[in-house]
Amino acid sequence: MYQSSIRLGRNATNGLLSFMHPNKELFQRQRALLRKAIPAGFPSPADDYVEQRLSLDEHLVQHRESTFFMRVAGDSMRELGIFDGDLLVVDRALPATDGCVVIAVVDGDFTVKQLIHSPQGQLLRAAHPDYPDMPIRPEQDFFIWGVVQWNVHKV
Amino acid sequence: MQRTIALVDCNNFYVSCERLFQPGLEGKPVVVLSNNDGCVVSRSKEVKDLGITMALPWFQMKDIAKQHGIIAFSSNYTLYADISNRVMSLLSRFSPNQEVYSIDECFLELTGMASLENISEYGQQIRQSIKKCVGIPVCIGIASSKTLAKLANQVAKKQPRMNSVCDFNAISKNTLDELLATLPVGEVWGVGRRSTVKLLEMDIHTVLDLKRTPPKRIRDEFSVVLERTVEELNGVACIELDDVVPDKQQIICSRSFGTLVSNLPDLEQAAIAYTTRAAERLRHQHSIASGIQIYIRTNPHQIKDPQYQQSITVPMHEPTSDTRVLCHAALVGLRKIYRTGYAYQKVGMTLTGIMPATSRPKTLFDDITAQQKSASLMQTMDQINHTMGSGTVQLLGEGIRKNWAMRRGNMSKRYTTEWDELPVAQ
Repeated sequence: MYQSSIRLGRNATNGLLSFMHPNKELFQRQRALLRKAIPAGFPSPADDYVEQRLSLDEHLVQHRESTFFMRVAGDSMRELGIFDGDLLVVDRALPATDGCVVIAVVDGDFTVKQLIHSPQGQLLRAAHPDYPDMPIRPEQDFFIWGVVQWNVHKV
Repeated sequence: MQRTIALVDCNNFYVSCERLFQPGLEGKPVVVLSNNDGCVVSRSKEVKDLGITMALPWFQMKDIAKQHGIIAFSSNYTLYADISNRVMSLLSRFSPNQEVYSIDECFLELTGMASLENISEYGQQIRQSIKKCVGIPVCIGIASSKTLAKLANQVAKKQPRMNSVCDFNAISKNTLDELLATLPVGEVWGVGRRSTVKLLEMDIHTVLDLKRTPPKRIRDEFSVVLERTVEELNGVACIELDDVVPDKQQIICSRSFGTLVSNLPDLEQAAIAYTTRAAERLRHQHSIASGIQIYIRTNPHQIKDPQYQQSITVPMHEPTSDTRVLCHAALVGLRKIYRTGYAYQKVGMTLTGIMPATSRPKTLFDDITAQQKSASLMQTMDQINHTMGSGTVQLLGEGIRKNWAMRRGNMSKRYTTEWDELPVAQ
């Protein structure tokens, strides 16, 4: 087949290619390309409407630089739908407003709780009947690490 | 027109990264150690206050560490790189022109960004934004040249009343000169240890002394480079911001072993592993290499043991970035210089003769098909290792059980790059 195209001189271009190309396999692939029919029908009517497929990352992460993921341990927040093993999307750039769920650092450990601004000062509230409110005492080592924006829960 | 250039530098960056995910370490003495837990490469303020210097070998400070409860981490470069990317990306929003100078510092062009009265205020905004959004404390030096900005940054770090931002452009010439008279000349960016000795001999002791030396004299005695430094100290910006990092002309991958290695098979595994890393970096910058240098040595600190070191350069048949070809050359070289009877501590690979892949010299006998196959195989390997984690696909020669692997006694988790290692909130 590879030889025959030269001998028969069926196609000058093919012959030249095969003559110059020492690699038979590649040549045959190239020739196959040349022979392939070019689709000349109507172009797909959807071509103009192709858009980027939805990205969950884009949806969940508002600020790329300040967003971190954290894992939940324990069920202290279960009444707000946050369970053991869930994945939290935490944004440090957001303001910690009254009632939002935050990652707080209390005495050096991370905790996820609801932040309440009360007249007596800030307190951390769990979402579980067994956990009492945790008022922040001034002598305590406490700060807000970030604001929980989403909880990803496996059903 | 007077320029306004800021240098933003993260405070003890590696320690700050560790503290971000272990907030309990705040206020405690913390160090980060280099590869193989060798030397101190980052110190918290508490450790600096104890008089522990940079690059101090860990084994020499074990007693003092115990006494003061110093917490030591192995370096977690995966974490530091991710946090650095966040800091740099955030910083890029504060200026149209940014030069990322190292993992923890970058220059920002602020010329014409704000009136001179509130440029310090702008610096404070930058600082607070990085602290809030990424959680890393930074200091900012602002001046009319890069060299002065570096000095301003040191002043910002050392003087608490500056509140971490120091603007040389905002203080009068006389006050600045008084300040420069208190700084030793060796602290100037670009003045190395050898130059310092010579400068001291020329009776140039402080930064102000150097600033007042005629540039021509410096050029005659030293070099054009140091002459530019003098100009920069006088407020003339001579060193421009490089927004594009130039491709590396040499790629080096060399590490010490966790334990000494004396048999050839282990050395070969390490050689393949390091060549693989070097080749990945080579392809990342779309380059090819025309040679590879292999270097081995014993531990010079173990004076009782027999000492040996040797290196050899193996030229490539044709410039390449194919891991397999480079590894083959590395092994050829290694077998040439390997001698039995020594306990080796280090093997290093240097790729040389690096050029862009697009300027590969063409020859009459190029096997185009083989080149294409090689390129697509390497591309596929890189893609798999990128998306599924480094080392997912590797040459078997690298070995599975790595006897020589680095010692990383106390490495923290990769909190931002591994799903299994996320920080946990109760």
